Amino acid sequence: MSQGPILELRGINKSFGPVQVLHDVAFSAYPGEVTALVGDNGAGKSTLVKCIGGIHPIDSGEYFFEGERVHVSGPRDAAALGVEIVYQDLALCDNLDIVQNMFLGRERRNGLVLDEDTMEEMAAKTLAGLSVRTVKSLRQQVSSLSGGQRQTVAIAKAVLWNSKVVILDEPTAALGVAQTAQVLELVRRLADKGLAVVLISHNMNDVFAVSDRIAALYLGRMAAQVKASEVTHAQVVELITSGRSGELGLKNGNGAAS
Amino acid sequence: MTTETLPKQENADSALGVHVKGYIERVKGGELGALPAVLGLVILCVVFSILRPAFLSAVNFANLFTQGAAVAVIAMGLIFVLLLGEIDLSAGFASGVCAAVLAVLLTLQGWPWYLAVLAAMATGAVIGLVLGSLVAKLGIPSFVVTLAAFLAFQGVVLLLVKDGTNISIRDETILAIANKNVPPAIGWAALVVGVAAYAAIQVLQARRRTARGLVSTPMAVIAARVATLAVVAGFAVYVLNLERSRNAAIVSLKGVPIVVPLIVILLIVWTFVLRRTAYGRHIYAVGGNAEAARRAGINVDRIRISAFVICSFMASIGGIIAASRANSVDPNTGGSNVLLFAVGAAVIGGTSLFGGKGRALDALLGGAVVAVIENGMGLMGYSAGVKFVVTGSVLLLAAGVDALSRKRAAATGRR
Repeated sequence: MSQGPILELRGINKSFGPVQVLHDVAFSAYPGEVTALVGDNGAGKSTLVKCIGGIHPIDSGEYFFEGERVHVSGPRDAAALGVEIVYQDLALCDNLDIVQNMFLGRERRNGLVLDEDTMEEMAAKTLAGLSVRTVKSLRQQVSSLSGGQRQTVAIAKAVLWNSKVVILDEPTAALGVAQTAQVLELVRRLADKGLAVVLISHNMNDVFAVSDRIAALYLGRMAAQVKASEVTHAQVVELITSGRSGELGLKNGNGAAS
Repeated sequence: MTTETLPKQENADSALGVHVKGYIERVKGGELGALPAVLGLVILCVVFSILRPAFLSAVNFANLFTQGAAVAVIAMGLIFVLLLGEIDLSAGFASGVCAAVLAVLLTLQGWPWYLAVLAAMATGAVIGLVLGSLVAKLGIPSFVVTLAAFLAFQGVVLLLVKDGTNISIRDETILAIANKNVPPAIGWAALVVGVAAYAAIQVLQARRRTARGLVSTPMAVIAARVATLAVVAGFAVYVLNLERSRNAAIVSLKGVPIVVPLIVILLIVWTFVLRRTAYGRHIYAVGGNAEAARRAGINVDRIRISAFVICSFMASIGGIIAASRANSVDPNTGGSNVLLFAVGAAVIGGTSLFGGKGRALDALLGGAVVAVIENGMGLMGYSAGVKFVVTGSVLLLAAGVDALSRKRAAATGRR
């Protein structure tokens, strides 16, 4: 905990036309920790993530990475920094196998020819490093995988590139109980490996199961970013629904953060 | 299923068992691959050879190859477009336009054959560039773009061959493609080299993977593959090397038609591109999930355009083969049923119309089915009408199998 944040945003504003979606948002993610990003529908979670990932340019505000001020103007910039986003719809190709998906767009080559063996080895090593044991063969098509296995592949794809920050958008939304547990375990393992993990979730049980910190967005403002151990379930729900909870949160409905 | 992620080496017996079981599971799960085409081909051949023994003659066997060649080559190009889930309805007449360009330059302008061939191929590539750009950049559905091109190219062929006359081709080299044969000795030599090279590549690959501790194809499977190739190709070369001339004393007619090695080379090149290069991988990715491909940093528009370029380029080669076989180019070259046969060949061979699934080999398997139907029914003395109805039904059947296997795949959680 002595380390500073690897990713830090300050005073982020973002509007789409006349609609201001993010107001003066501050957010940080720490290496080795899971930071949960919570908020009601329309609170701006997805927009904030897309700003971090460089898909939406920010209108104003500062973006720090490893203490340095950086400008992220596209997904490539974010990837170059080591920021990977696993989207809700996973972005996997059903007709390709696990290795092919993990290296899609960044294939290893030997001259003109694909270096399948090296890719397979790296994929195997990555999955083994995440202690994934649920996949039968690395050469099976993604279409034959279960929802949890797909999520695992998508996460492994993000980790493969020595990324430092992994952002997961609702990774458990479509999963059953057992698979949710598997994925959450994987999320925890990512953080234990020293990555900064940002977990977007609606599910309070998931959030409290794995998070170290909780950041609550309310109507485009950061209501609070607190340690998970210092708040209760009810407080977080209150932060999500009304933007404040006792001493925590926004001073009034549209005021500045405390 | 709590098997290890890290692939571990298993002993040969169980590895073989796993391989076979995996294949059966895939077929059950709706991934039929080449199975329907191969089964259909065998059944058709048996039926026709019982009903018409002439079907089995060496002359007819050679005919099958030259008859099916143009369609198979066009189908091979079409597979690239079909892999993206698009369609090119103009491929038939694109081949007609390229053949007309060839004929005009060769016969009317007196160009040497190699320049005329280059010009025809370039015409194909430019056609593909235009079609692909309209689809990828303007976003017009490929069905509409190529339907318009289908009509327009029909007109272009008419304009090029001056309203209904035909231009005969007299250049020896071009005529040789579909009408001359490889000397029997060279045919055998090429077969031996080809099979040996295939075996060597497979064994080396398996050895390399085993050495790196990865799961490799069991030797028994490799041996079966090599044996199948050797038997099938060996049988074909043997029959084609038989004397086909009615009167061998006057003129001898034997050997593999030159068009066959040409197609084999095209098959090897495109199979390599699709399976071993990043470009091929990206084609499958765009066909499987264009959005995922875009997010992975693949230039989807460029992939789309290039697929149309390859398709029309292959159509130009198909046109050259067709011109060689007919000894002339007329307004109907590449017209009537050529396109539908080519699409049919690709789909019958196992390429999905929904994109993301298909191989260059499908064009040959499906092309063989189409050629056998056309040829066999011709021998039976059926009219063109019956042939069209049957070929249409077979295409529908193949598309039905494709759609059903997709449904089945969805039901078994494979898609």
